[in-house]
Amino acid sequence: MSDPGMIVLLTVLLPVIGAGLVLLLRKNENAREAATLLTGALTFAHVLALLRLVRAGESPGLDILEVVPNVWLSFEVEPLGMVFALVAGFLWPVTSLYAIGYMRGHHEENQTRFFFFFAIAIAGAMGVAFSANLFTLFVFYEFLTFCTVPLVTHHQSDEAKKSGRIYLGILLTTSVGLQLVAIIWTWVLAGTLDFQAGGILAGTASAGILSAILVLYVYGVGKAALMPFHRWLPAAMVAPTPVSALLHAVAVVKAGVFTVLKISVYVFGVDLLQTLTTTTWLAWAAAVTIILGSLVAFRKDNLKARLAYSTISQLSYIVLGAMLANELGIIGGGMHIAMHAFGKITLFFAAGAIMVAAHEKKISRMHGLGRTMPITFGAFFVGSLSIIGLPPAGGAWSKWFLGMGTLEASQFGLLAVLMLSSLLGLYYLLEVPVKAFFFERPKDAHQQDGVHEAPTPSLIAMCITATATVGLFVWPDLFHELMQMVVSGGVR
Amino acid sequence: MSQNLPALLVVVPMMLAPIAALINRSGPAWVIATSGAWFAFGAAVQLLRRVMTEGMIVYSLGGWVAPIGIEYRIDQLAAFVTLIVSAIAAVGVLYARTSVASEIEEDRHALFYAAFLLNVCGLLGIAITGDVFNVFVFLEISSLSAYSMIALGQDRRALTSAFQYLIMGSVGATFIVIGIGLLFVMTGTLGMADLAERIPAIWASGDGDRTIAVAFTFLTVGVTLKLALFPLHLWLPNAYTYAPSAVTGYMAATSTKVSIYLLLRFFFSVFGVEFSFEQMRLDAILMPLALVAILAMSSVAIYQSNVKRLLAFSSVAQIGYMILGISFGSVIGVAAGIIHLFNHALMKGALFMAMGCVMYRIGSVRIEDMKGLGKSMPWTMAAFVGGGLSMIGVPMTVGFVSKWYLLQAAIKGGNWLAAVVVVVGSLMALVYIWKVIEVAYFKRRENDDPIEEAPLSLLIPTWTLVAASFWFGIDAGTTSDVAMSAAESLLGMMQ
Repeated sequence: MSDPGMIVLLTVLLPVIGAGLVLLLRKNENAREAATLLTGALTFAHVLALLRLVRAGESPGLDILEVVPNVWLSFEVEPLGMVFALVAGFLWPVTSLYAIGYMRGHHEENQTRFFFFFAIAIAGAMGVAFSANLFTLFVFYEFLTFCTVPLVTHHQSDEAKKSGRIYLGILLTTSVGLQLVAIIWTWVLAGTLDFQAGGILAGTASAGILSAILVLYVYGVGKAALMPFHRWLPAAMVAPTPVSALLHAVAVVKAGVFTVLKISVYVFGVDLLQTLTTTTWLAWAAAVTIILGSLVAFRKDNLKARLAYSTISQLSYIVLGAMLANELGIIGGGMHIAMHAFGKITLFFAAGAIMVAAHEKKISRMHGLGRTMPITFGAFFVGSLSIIGLPPAGGAWSKWFLGMGTLEASQFGLLAVLMLSSLLGLYYLLEVPVKAFFFERPKDAHQQDGVHEAPTPSLIAMCITATATVGLFVWPDLFHELMQMVVSGGVR
Repeated sequence: MSQNLPALLVVVPMMLAPIAALINRSGPAWVIATSGAWFAFGAAVQLLRRVMTEGMIVYSLGGWVAPIGIEYRIDQLAAFVTLIVSAIAAVGVLYARTSVASEIEEDRHALFYAAFLLNVCGLLGIAITGDVFNVFVFLEISSLSAYSMIALGQDRRALTSAFQYLIMGSVGATFIVIGIGLLFVMTGTLGMADLAERIPAIWASGDGDRTIAVAFTFLTVGVTLKLALFPLHLWLPNAYTYAPSAVTGYMAATSTKVSIYLLLRFFFSVFGVEFSFEQMRLDAILMPLALVAILAMSSVAIYQSNVKRLLAFSSVAQIGYMILGISFGSVIGVAAGIIHLFNHALMKGALFMAMGCVMYRIGSVRIEDMKGLGKSMPWTMAAFVGGGLSMIGVPMTVGFVSKWYLLQAAIKGGNWLAAVVVVVGSLMALVYIWKVIEVAYFKRRENDDPIEEAPLSLLIPTWTLVAASFWFGIDAGTTSDVAMSAAESLLGMMQ
């Protein structure tokens, strides 16, 4: 335990070990789930141990092996990665708890396979968080894509098959077609792929070429779901809800925006980004995604689809933050990784609970459900506040910094976009609890009497994330401190 | 013994072949073939080690020094190719036991193993000889044995495809021998080293330079026909589809690779990079063909309904990658081609072997017959997925390493078209691999006849190659070093 490098390695490996335990204990459901929860808790404990080191100013890491000459698979924990690891590490055991209630309550098949790949995916997310260079990042990025395919296509239906095609198709087209080319181009220009404070690309090529590389990166990270490469995310909603909650609101999508932030800060460096004119264009591309995502969300009656488009819109807040190319934008973007994660996972938990308990997927059929499921819809309300960016929820802080960032960059248009999107969010998210609490249950609704709250483990999980969402409003310091470390190391 | 290792590498399989045929019983013949293949593997490992530490090994057969006798010249590239061929042969022969037993009639087993040994002997011979006429002899040994192995396929169409290959292969070989003959007329030697010395002088003198150019052309056509470069690939899809599974797996991983080696030998070592690329503009013909091969053959592969045929077209596309790398004419490009030679042997071998497992259990490799196999043959299909990941080029597989070097070569050369084609090609690989995965994992079987997992005797060799395709993707240091130094010496030889 004393060797920091070993802690890093263990943090990535523990979920894999957990996955192995899940397979071994497949005969006994309770033992299997206990294994998931236990490894989840242990993984988070390791993340906390690393947090202590990072806050003390250290950057624990280790080189694992040299894959091709001079290109290493290696880990290094820095504050930005810590933000992502904290979020993923904390929410994994919570989601597992939720999943236990959901998967059993929903009578899902192949639960062992589900929990197995779930744990494997977390290992992928941790690997992304702790990558010390672009190569390692790419390895885990792709790993995350592949090990989530069995989760997305869990039901093995025709719909799942179709979604699987879209999912793999878009994510791989962008990563291989654009991102990999950008990485190799970086390698040819800079001769290194290491993440370094201040970036590695400055001065290696003309502004035109560097701009082209930046575009390749930003669109090449398909997991950031910048339009027009966003379709995989709604497609992934065919998965069981815990997958949508943890992977497609937290681990996978945040791996994407995390990658964008990381590349902006440690490959380009904020100083270099400021000199490139394409950053403004990309910021506006993100702004367009923010607005269009919200507008589409507006029109979706299926709750999970609406949340998916809301995620697309919110992810672009982070891309926008990165492309503002100033300290406040980076801080806001990094904090939004955490804030959005807690808010959105709460929303998905609630959506899943409604599906399990009331068998309703459509918002137009949720009238009056709030009276029988007050906790679920209460949690939904709290999550909504965070996504919209209202106090007393954590989302208020990240949006604050992002807004300040637009002002510092003198991009008033972008500020207007942020505000407009929040207003749209106010409507499309709050519609759900309003309908549930203030309207009567229609007479024809099925199972009128049978509706009750979701299974207890799911409720507990939901309460934890909702409480944390509020807690992050009162104590956002940790994430702010980490992001401050990122910019003070990266900007100067 | 170790002094004569280069000769034994070829002679041992050659001598064992008639013994296997004479014994004429399945079991003992297999034992003989196995010992031959494994001997060659061990020898190849030894030779590569020696070459990497001591440099090129020159061995004069029978003590007759060139140009009177025949010389074997083993440099890094030759040793690397011998290692590829013998390693695949060693794994393939283990696989062959069960697969051949189910696909070929018992009374022909011994003949099959004899042909197999001759093929190994021929391919290894091409790789290590330093004499161009000797190349032709070994080429014929390997080709004739290949025709007969293909003709042993269960399907009667195997006969016509073997015949097709025979015709095309003979045309190729004839072109090669004409090219060699012209070179001999002009230079009076058959030794590669001597040729490399004399050709530039003749070219510079202006007397007979046209004959040299014609020889070059004949060799180009002959060799590209043998290595199945688009559009001279027509023999390959049928041959791979209808050959016995064990033969397809082995041949796909070896024979075209050795032909590519031959291309490198002729154009880099004999003619020299400057002559081939600057005077004859070889890149101007190879690169467009390679690019078309990648795009056209990958798209044809997508529309195949027989998986062996699908993989065969994919092979033609992958040959395009290797030729593309070589056609850059830069150290990193040639190294990319050489690395892909090795990497593709591993992944394609694994994929064809997985299909052999399917063939063994359900007697068909048509996509629509593979419904539900993900459940009933989990290990076989997992092997297919593993090999498929490599085809797509997922990081930590050999396919990624190939792509890494190819893209680097393209970007360094400023060749954006090539970079785009490489990327598009690997996305097309995703489509055709996913097509199989979708049927195997998402469709349920219509009837309930239980299907068992393939026997271990097939699974172990298959998974050996799958594991290797991951191993050399995770630790690509060795292969990169060998390929880089081989490429450097190929390019540096004439500079």
